[in-house]
Amino acid sequence: MEQIKLTVNGKGYELQVRPWASLLEVIRDDLGLTGTKEGCGEGECGACTVIMDGKAVNSCIVLAVEADGRQITTIEGLAEGDKLHPVQEAFLEMGGMQCGFCTPGMILSTKVLLDGNKNPTDEDIRKGLEGNFCRCTGYTKIFESVKAAAQKIRR
Amino acid sequence: MKEYTVIGQRVPRIDGRQKVMGQAKYAADYSLPGMLFCKVARLPVAHAKILNVDTSKAERLPGVKAVVTAKDFNGWTWGFMANTRDEPPLAMDKVRYYMEAVAAVAAIDEDAAEEACDLIKVDYEELPSVFDPEDAIREGAPVVHDYRPNNVSVEYHWNFGDVEKSFAESYLVREDRFRTSRATKGYLEPPASLAWYDPAGYITVWAAKQSPYFHYRHLAACFGLPLSKIRVIQPFIGGGFGGTKNDSVAGDFCAVMLSKMTGKPVKFVYTQEEELTISKRRHSMIVYNKMGMSKDGLITAIQSRVIADGGGYTAVSPLTMYLTGCCTPLPYKLPNYKYDCYRAFTNNPICAAMRGHGVTHTRFACEIQMEMMAEELGIDPVEIRMQNAIDNPKPGEIYRTINDMTLKTCGIKEAIQTLVRDPLWAQKDKAPKQDGSVSYGVGMSATSYLGGARQLGHQSCAAIVRICEDGTVNLITGATDCGQGSDTVLAMIAAEELGVRYQDIDFKMVDSAYTPVDPGSYGSRVTVLAGQAVQTAAADAKKQLLDILGREWKVSPEEIEIRNAEVYHRSNPSRRIPFDKLAKIACYSGSGAVIIGKGYSGYGIEPLGFENGRGNAGTSFSFTAQTTRAGVDMETGHVTISDFVIAHDCGRPLNPIGAESQNEGGAVQGMGQAIYEDFIMDRGKTLNPTFLDYKMPRSTDVPDIKVIDIITDDPDGPFGAKEASEGSHVSAPPSVVAAIHDATGIWFKEQPVTAEKIVAALKEKGKWPGKQ
Repeated sequence: MEQIKLTVNGKGYELQVRPWASLLEVIRDDLGLTGTKEGCGEGECGACTVIMDGKAVNSCIVLAVEADGRQITTIEGLAEGDKLHPVQEAFLEMGGMQCGFCTPGMILSTKVLLDGNKNPTDEDIRKGLEGNFCRCTGYTKIFESVKAAAQKIRR
Repeated sequence: MKEYTVIGQRVPRIDGRQKVMGQAKYAADYSLPGMLFCKVARLPVAHAKILNVDTSKAERLPGVKAVVTAKDFNGWTWGFMANTRDEPPLAMDKVRYYMEAVAAVAAIDEDAAEEACDLIKVDYEELPSVFDPEDAIREGAPVVHDYRPNNVSVEYHWNFGDVEKSFAESYLVREDRFRTSRATKGYLEPPASLAWYDPAGYITVWAAKQSPYFHYRHLAACFGLPLSKIRVIQPFIGGGFGGTKNDSVAGDFCAVMLSKMTGKPVKFVYTQEEELTISKRRHSMIVYNKMGMSKDGLITAIQSRVIADGGGYTAVSPLTMYLTGCCTPLPYKLPNYKYDCYRAFTNNPICAAMRGHGVTHTRFACEIQMEMMAEELGIDPVEIRMQNAIDNPKPGEIYRTINDMTLKTCGIKEAIQTLVRDPLWAQKDKAPKQDGSVSYGVGMSATSYLGGARQLGHQSCAAIVRICEDGTVNLITGATDCGQGSDTVLAMIAAEELGVRYQDIDFKMVDSAYTPVDPGSYGSRVTVLAGQAVQTAAADAKKQLLDILGREWKVSPEEIEIRNAEVYHRSNPSRRIPFDKLAKIACYSGSGAVIIGKGYSGYGIEPLGFENGRGNAGTSFSFTAQTTRAGVDMETGHVTISDFVIAHDCGRPLNPIGAESQNEGGAVQGMGQAIYEDFIMDRGKTLNPTFLDYKMPRSTDVPDIKVIDIITDDPDGPFGAKEASEGSHVSAPPSVVAAIHDATGIWFKEQPVTAEKIVAALKEKGKWPGKQ
């Protein structure tokens, strides 16, 4: 077992992890934060997206030991109590989801996109979400949600 | 017409807050103390006789608590119809497809369970195998199931009118061979369940099922328990699209059996690779289509001979093959029709239902063939459609197809005309046709899909509307939202009918211990049938409330109205109370009343003629016309789809956000199927069982999509609604293929129309600009 330190959603953890455990396994199984989803386990679908030191990563292909000392944000860390983050609000209002399985990852990728670019073009939005599959919506309502979120953040 | 207060509003999803916060729990998110993990052992051979399964080494591995093999299930099998129950939880005498399950392990963690699976030794004798459906039904082919020695798992032979006479009299007759791809649902949530077998004789599962009550019956039958002791608790479902999540999988039965053996709760989660290798996928079908036309382009007859690759077991395919044939007389008038289908058993993975079930195959063939013939006759794509399309019946009238399907509304002509006026079509000749090596084209399709699907057996949906004393409402149904938004629509229906606000309704998800039995989420049936049940239940609760208030106010209940959670006397609107006050009065009246409204669906309970193909496959039918703009790189064959315009007659969109999103998602899934989605097979083995190699549309691949509602207000649907989930999935592939034709001048008859196929066809026609 390896000892690691993580900050997840602002809270510090010291954990003993198997050397081959993924960050996703640690988040879901050790921390009980099941909002982060496993779709493929191979870094293809983006359902397990979390924010690590400001970057969107597929937590299923990041080893927990690689995340040692890093700052992690999961979907549970976005709202402040009952108050939704503007990106969450926008997805809720514009209907940027159906089954919801890709939604946590999609929202976190959107946050990273908008943190770096408050005026994304259509092309920027498409590129920013390229790593996140959605099989339900055909992406149209997700694009609308991202635009609405950008507008909320600019206000 | 009455003005609606909730129906037609762009409300947020009822489950939206949980989903955006990461609080929506799916099957894999559930755990219980002491829980074990189940992994399924599979045999990497497509067809083999099992001689022995030795689990001794696996059992001795530290951490392993139990191993289950076929003998533990005592020969139990399941299937869609009484005479097609051919699928065992674990393979018994032989495996019939690559990676069929042979055993399963419960261990203290996933690593140990997986390692134990590798230690299970199966002695087997490989059998001759068959993978091509046309080969499979030829005499002398290896037999997959002894009970079907000709490998024909399902066949129907229907004949309406006189196709032979009609072909002889037709001005033009064409015969073509079409083929559809080996596509899959592609949901991101793989099958999963947490199972607990209580030794007192109860089963509780948290299972990823879009139709939980199929699973409920399967578990009762498999474990010999009464239905009253089977509890299927439905978590959030991470996408359905038919097939697997309408059915049970090996892991479902094994997890329960292992829980029974160990006394511990047991969870399984398939890997996505496991899902893509073995889970039920769409049939690939070969459609030999023959169409007759008069000189002026009227369709005189269609004859379809369909050969479907069924894979190793029957599953739901008697319905698949029914739907593949029954909807051909829509959306165009068809006076003569013959359908012969053969679903072949092969040693490929099992094929079953998927969105656009059945209809997508034959409609693709008919739509493309019709355009090819129109081209030969020099008739425009719009004109050929308009002159054959079925008219919208006048109120009170019914259009009857040659196989006795009945339409009360049909918006196809209006949908086509709407697209003709839309800029994408209207200005297509003004838009650039060529830019460098890319040729552009615009294509059209017009299609139909059933809503409120019927099958054999239990048909009805039920609902309970329970009024809380503070004026809020619990809505209890047996319906499952696997993403399509039905929980939201059902809550809207309850609110509208009862006269309360949308936010006053709380929706309860399926728990088979408490919610009414329901057929499930398939065949676009939830809004239509569960919707009718909810509307009836809400009306029942409202009547009970008004009866009580009528006595209190000493007026007739008919004189009282509830709207926007306000209760008032119709002729004296100043006499009013808020709804929560009425709820309190009602719940505290006398010694305390319990206001529970109940209702069930009544549409569509007459049986289907599976053998003769006559009758309504659904309660009502949606109509979709679609235009697509495609760019084809004439050097590389790469296709870019830039625009979709979808004119959809779903009767009336109850929740516009949901209806649009269903149309958008269905069309994009259809686009994937049309141009790239396909399993690459090698002797029964899926060579691309990952999302890296099985290409699905990403955000950078999808077109701009416009959805236009065609309102027809069907009398057989709640607030006029028909289906909205599957129509665009059927309309997308022919529309995309027509656009590729417009760009390249070539008709493609085989899905997916890959870059490789395009380049090969361009070379063949001498149109490829590269160096040969």
